[in-house]
Amino acid sequence: MDTFVQQLINGLTIGAIYALIALGYTMVYGILRLINFAHGDIYMVGAFFGYFLAYQLGFVTGPSLVGLVVVLLGSMILAALVGMAIERFAYRPIRKYPRMTTLITAIGVSLLIENLFVARLGAAPRAFPQLLQERSYTLFGNAAISKSQILIFAVSILLMLLLQWIIFKTRVGTAMRAVSFNLNSAKLMGINTDVIISVTFALGSALAAAGGVLTAQYNPQIDPLMGIITGLKAFVAAVLGGIGNIPGAVLGGLLIGLAETFVVGYGQNVGVPTTFRDAVAFAILILVLLFRPTGLLGSSVQEKV
Amino acid sequence: MPILVKRLIAALFIVLALIAVNQYMSEEGLFGFGVPPYYGRVIMLAGINVILAVSLNLITGFTGQFSIGHAGFMAVGAYSSAYLTVYYGQAWERSLSGMIGATGAHALIFLVAILVGAIVAAIAGLVVGIPSLRLKGDYLAIVTLGFAEIIRIVILNIDKVGGATGFTVPGYTNFLWVGIFAVFTVIIVYNIVHSDMGRALVSIREDELAAEAMGINTTRYKVLSFVISSAMAGMAGVLFGHYTQFLSTNDFQFIRSFEIIIMIVLGGMGSLTGAILGAIVITLMPELLRQLPGDFSQYRLVVYSALLIIIMLTRPQGILGTREFSLSLLRRSRKQPEGNKPVGEKGVPIVEQSSNSGKNE
Repeated sequence: MDTFVQQLINGLTIGAIYALIALGYTMVYGILRLINFAHGDIYMVGAFFGYFLAYQLGFVTGPSLVGLVVVLLGSMILAALVGMAIERFAYRPIRKYPRMTTLITAIGVSLLIENLFVARLGAAPRAFPQLLQERSYTLFGNAAISKSQILIFAVSILLMLLLQWIIFKTRVGTAMRAVSFNLNSAKLMGINTDVIISVTFALGSALAAAGGVLTAQYNPQIDPLMGIITGLKAFVAAVLGGIGNIPGAVLGGLLIGLAETFVVGYGQNVGVPTTFRDAVAFAILILVLLFRPTGLLGSSVQEKV
Repeated sequence: MPILVKRLIAALFIVLALIAVNQYMSEEGLFGFGVPPYYGRVIMLAGINVILAVSLNLITGFTGQFSIGHAGFMAVGAYSSAYLTVYYGQAWERSLSGMIGATGAHALIFLVAILVGAIVAAIAGLVVGIPSLRLKGDYLAIVTLGFAEIIRIVILNIDKVGGATGFTVPGYTNFLWVGIFAVFTVIIVYNIVHSDMGRALVSIREDELAAEAMGINTTRYKVLSFVISSAMAGMAGVLFGHYTQFLSTNDFQFIRSFEIIIMIVLGGMGSLTGAILGAIVITLMPELLRQLPGDFSQYRLVVYSALLIIIMLTRPQGILGTREFSLSLLRRSRKQPEGNKPVGEKGVPIVEQSSNSGKNE
C-alpha cells in the first residue's frame, strides 16, 4: 500500500509536467490546427534559460526562494518571446499553405533549435543548480513527498488556474476561444487574429518553460535533446485527452505520467519489462483512439458532404 | 517496334548500367576507376532512401493517408531478415553452394531474406493498418507514430536479435541489389498509380466521402496501399541492415520516419520523380555541408535545418509539386487549354492559388 501511494505521488509529479507541456500543444492545435513539433524543444530551451539565469544572476551559491521565483518567471518570459518569434518568422508566412508543409516547417524548427543548442553547448548533460533546499516529508506511513514535488504540484496547479482564468474571464481569452472556433469569423468580428495567435504561442511557451525549470529542480540534469521524448509524450497526452481541449490535456498528462510510473513500479510482476516505459503512452493512446477517435474529452465533428 | 521489345531493351540497359555502376563502386573498380568508400556509402544510402521515399509516397502522397510510422516497418524488415541470415544463412549457404555454386547460393539466400523481410513487414503493415486507417489526418499520423515506437521497443526487448546491445549482421548488400530494388519499387509504384487502383487511391486523397459515394471500397484500398508501402519499407530495411552490418534500434527512431516524410514533401507530394529527387537531396545535403569551411562545419546540422525551413517557406508545394519530371518538361512548355487547369481547394485553379508558380512553368 505504501509503495502504491509512493508510485501515485511520483506518477502525478511526472504527469503534472506532461500536462504543462501538453497545454501548449493543445492550445496551438486548437487555434491553428498545427502540430507544433518545436514545442518540446521550448521546454528544453526553458530549462536552459533557467540554468543561465541562475548563473548570470548569481543564484548558484545556495538555495534561495527569491532565486527560484526569479529564475522561473525569467525563463517563462524569455521562452514566451522565443515562442512568439518562432510563430512570427516560421509559422505565420506558411499559415495558408497545405498541412504537410506547415508540419515539415515545424519539424525543421525543432531540428534547428536542437542542432543549434548542440552546436553551441555540446550534447553532454549539465547539472542544474538546486534553488530549493531539498528535503522530504513522510506521509501515510512510508510514502514520502519531496519539496520539489510539492513545488511542481503547487506551481502547476497555480499556472493551470491562471490559464483557466485567462481563457474564460479575460477579453484576450474570449478572443482566443473565438479564433479557435472559427478563425475567419473571428477576423470579421474585428479580432486581430495575428495578435491572438501570438499570445497563444507566448502562453504555451511560458507553460512549457515552467515545466522545464520545474523538472530541472526535481531531476537536475538538463541536455539539449531532453525535449524530444518528453515533448512527444506530452503531445500524446494532448491527443489522448482530445487535442484542442484544455482540461483534456491536463487529464491526458496525468494519465500518462501515472501509467508510466506504474509500468516501472509494477510491470515486472506481470511480465512487462521496465523498458516498456516509453511504449506505454503510445499503447494507451492507440487503445483510446480506436474506441474514441477524438480522444477522451474531445467532441466529435460531424462530417458534412 | 512492339512495346514489349522496347521495354525489354530498356530493362536490359538498366540492368547493364546497374552492373557497371556496381562494378565501379566495388573494391576492384571499373577499368581501374573506383569510387572512394565514403562516396560509395552516400550513394548506397541514397538508393535505400529512394525506396523508402517512393514507398511512403504511395500511402501519403497518392492515397493522402498521413503515416509517420515508416521507420517501424523498415525495422521489422531489417530485423526479421537479419534473424534469418544470422542464424540460418551460413548453414544454408554451405548446403546450397554444392548445387548452384557459392555466388548463386549467396544471392539466393539474400533474395529469400529480402522476401521474408518484405512479407513480415507487410504482415505488420496489415496488423497496424486495419485498426489505424479508420482514423484520419493528425490522429492517423500520431497512431502510426505510436505503433512504430512500440515496434521499436518490442524489438529492443528481444534478446535473440541483440536487444539493446545491437545486432551484428552479415553484409550481403551491394549496389546491384539496392539499384535493382530501387528500380523495382519505382516501377511497381508507377504501375499502381497508373492503374485503376491508382485512380481509386487518388480519389480517396482528393475526397474520401465522394470516393466512397462513387462505389470505391475506401477501407480496402487504404489498407492495400498501406500494406504494399510497408512491404517496400521492409525491403529497404533488409538492404539497410545487410549494408551497415549492424542493427541498433536507435536507427529506427521516429526521427527517421520524419526524415522520409521530409523527402517526399520536399520533392513534392504525389510526384514519383519528386520523391526520388527528395530522397537524393536529403541524403546528400548533410554530407555536402561537411565541406563548410573551418568552424562552420560544426554548424552543418544547423544550416541543414535552416535550409529545410527556407525551402518550405519559399516553395511550400515541394520542388516538383505534383508534377512529374520528364524530358519534355525541359524541351518546351506546353500551352494548357483554358478549362483544363487542375482545380484545388474551393474550386480555385491551383495555378492561381500559389502565387509563385507561373502559368506555363
